[in-house]
Amino acid sequence: MKTRYSYGGDEHIFVECDEEMSLEAFFKSLSITTVVKKARIKGVTEICPANASFQIKFDPDVIKPTAMLKELKAIEKQAAKGKPVIKSRIIEIPVLYNDPWTHETLMRFRERHQDPKSTDIEYTARINNLDGVDGFVKAHSGAPWFVSMVGFVAGLPFLYQMVDRQRQIQSPKYLRPRTDTPKLTVGHGGCFGCIYSVRGAGGYQMFGITPVPIYDPNQRIKHLRDFMCLFKPGDIVKWKPIGREEYDETVAAVDKGKFNLKMKDVTFDLAEFQKDMDGYNAKLMGVLNGR
Amino acid sequence: MAVKVIKPGLSTTVQDLGRPGYYNIGIPLSGGMDRLALKAANLLVGNKEGAAVLEAVFMGPELKFMEDATVAVTGAELPPKVNGEPRETWTSFKVKKGQTLSFDFLKKGARAYIAISGGIDVPVVLGSRSTYTLGALGGYKGRKLEAGDKLPVGKGRAAKEGRTIPEKLRRMASAPAELRMLPGLYYHRMTAEAGKHFFEDTWKVAPEADRIGYRFKGGRPIEFVPREPPFGAGSDPSNIVDACYPYGSVQIPSGTEPIVLHRDAVSGGGYFMVGAVISADMDLIGQLQPHTPARFVEVTMAQALKARKDQTRLYEKLKSAL
Repeated sequence: MKTRYSYGGDEHIFVECDEEMSLEAFFKSLSITTVVKKARIKGVTEICPANASFQIKFDPDVIKPTAMLKELKAIEKQAAKGKPVIKSRIIEIPVLYNDPWTHETLMRFRERHQDPKSTDIEYTARINNLDGVDGFVKAHSGAPWFVSMVGFVAGLPFLYQMVDRQRQIQSPKYLRPRTDTPKLTVGHGGCFGCIYSVRGAGGYQMFGITPVPIYDPNQRIKHLRDFMCLFKPGDIVKWKPIGREEYDETVAAVDKGKFNLKMKDVTFDLAEFQKDMDGYNAKLMGVLNGR
Repeated sequence: MAVKVIKPGLSTTVQDLGRPGYYNIGIPLSGGMDRLALKAANLLVGNKEGAAVLEAVFMGPELKFMEDATVAVTGAELPPKVNGEPRETWTSFKVKKGQTLSFDFLKKGARAYIAISGGIDVPVVLGSRSTYTLGALGGYKGRKLEAGDKLPVGKGRAAKEGRTIPEKLRRMASAPAELRMLPGLYYHRMTAEAGKHFFEDTWKVAPEADRIGYRFKGGRPIEFVPREPPFGAGSDPSNIVDACYPYGSVQIPSGTEPIVLHRDAVSGGGYFMVGAVISADMDLIGQLQPHTPARFVEVTMAQALKARKDQTRLYEKLKSAL
C-alpha cells in the first residue's frame, strides 16, 4: 500500500492511499484525515476522506502548496500509529428490490447498458454467479455494508460489503451514464453499493429503492432533524428486503413523522473483523436486533 | 424591500461566494461561477463583495422593483434596460419603485451577475445564500427563479449611479479560450502521445455545460496505458476506485469527452482525472457558451501561483478604480 501525492490544481492536494479498494486503505485515509482535522492547519478549507484516498483543499495565499504537502507527509507518518478502530453505528435500511420505479428508469436507458436484454439485477446476478434474482437478493442483503465514503451528491453513501473479496458483488457502471435516477435508488458500481440521495444523473446499476430518506435540506424528517445528511464514513448498513406493502406503509409512516430508524451504536475494530468476518457480522446483527 | 420576478429567464439563481466546509459530505461550494464579476457587481452598487446576487445564464430575467435601488450588471454582455430604456453593463444605475428591469439579447459571455443594493436576502443555509439546485439547498427555495417569486432584498446604503469599471479590468476569455491546467492526479493513466494530443487539440464546449461541470468535445480520443484493473475500480480503463474530485479537475470518462468540474461539482466518483484547471481560470469557464473553441494549456505550479497573483492584482485595481 503505497501513498501517492498529487496536486489538484493550485488549491488541492489529492492523496491516494492505495490504488485498489480495501478497508485497510479506508482506515489509512481516515486516520490521516482525522489528524489533519486536529492539526487545524491555517488555510485548510476542506478535508475530504474518500474510499481509498482523500483530498485537502487549501488557500495557497495562506499556505504554500509545497508547505501543505510537507505537513501532510509528516502527518502520514504520525497517523500510521493509529489503530483501525472507529466508533460507528449500525443502521437498518429497508429495500424494495426490483421495484417499479427503478425498473421503469432502467428500461428507458436500456441502450446504455452492457446487456439490454436483462434487468440490472439479472445481469449482475449472472456475472457474479448468483442464482437469479432471489440468489442476488440473498447475497446483497446477507451481510452488512461499510460506509467508506460520503459524496458525489449531498449525503450519498458509498458502501463496501463486509465479506471477503471472493464473495463481494462486482458490476460495471453503465456504458454511458443515465441522465435520470429515481431518488433513493439502491445502486452498485465496481465493488461499491450506494443510495442515491437525490434524483439525478447516475451510472451505477439499479437494484431497488428504499422508503427511508437519507437527505433532507429542510430537516423536517425525524431522523434528519439534527443534520440534513444521515450517513458519515464508518457507519454500517444492513439491508432489509421488504415487499410492496411494507414499502408503502413505511413511506406513509415517514410522511407522518412516525417512522423510527433502527440504529444502534457500535465500535468497529478492523483487526477483530478480519479474524472472523462472518462471526463479527453475526455479533453486529445481535447488537442491531438487541440480542 | 422586495423584487418581483415577472419572467425568470432561462436559469437564474441566487449566488454569493459559496459554502465551503461541506464537500466531504457531497455538498459543493456553489456560488458565482465568475467570482470576479460577482464581486465587481456588488462593489458597484455599494454592497460587500460577497453579498448575494442573481446569476443569469444566457438570458436575463424581468424584475419589478417594489422600492428604489441601485443595480449593476457584470460578467456576460447582457444589456440591461429600465422600463425599456437601455443601461450600460459594468456600471451602476438606479431603478425606481415600480420600474421594471429587463434585458436585451446576450452579446458576449454566458453568465451575467445582477447585484441589487442591499443584496438578495434569502436565508443563510450552512453559511451561504448560494443555490445548490441538485440538492435543493439554499438560494430561493433551493431552486432557480420562477415567475411570481418575491425576492427579499436587504437594507443597505445604495451607491450612486454612474460608477463604472474600466473596460481593461473586465476579464473575458480569448478566442479560442485558453484554460491553463496543472497536469496531475491520474495523468499517468494516459499514454505520452495522448497527453500531447490533449494539449494540442482544439476542443469545443458541448451543450452539456452547467454549474456542475463543462463538457468539451472534438479532440482526439485518449489512449490509455494498459493495466490490470485495481480491485473495486471497474473494468473500463478510465475507471478508478471512486475518489474525491478537485474543483476544476478534468475527467475524461471512457477517454472521449473531457469534463471540467465547476462550483456545483459532484464531490467524487470513479473516473480518472488528468489534472485541474488552475484557480485563476475558473471564472473564465463560466463565461463560455456552448460551441466555443477552447484549448487546455499546460502550466507548472509556479505559473499557476503567478496567475493567481495576477488575478488578485486585477481585483485590487478594480477596487481602487471605484
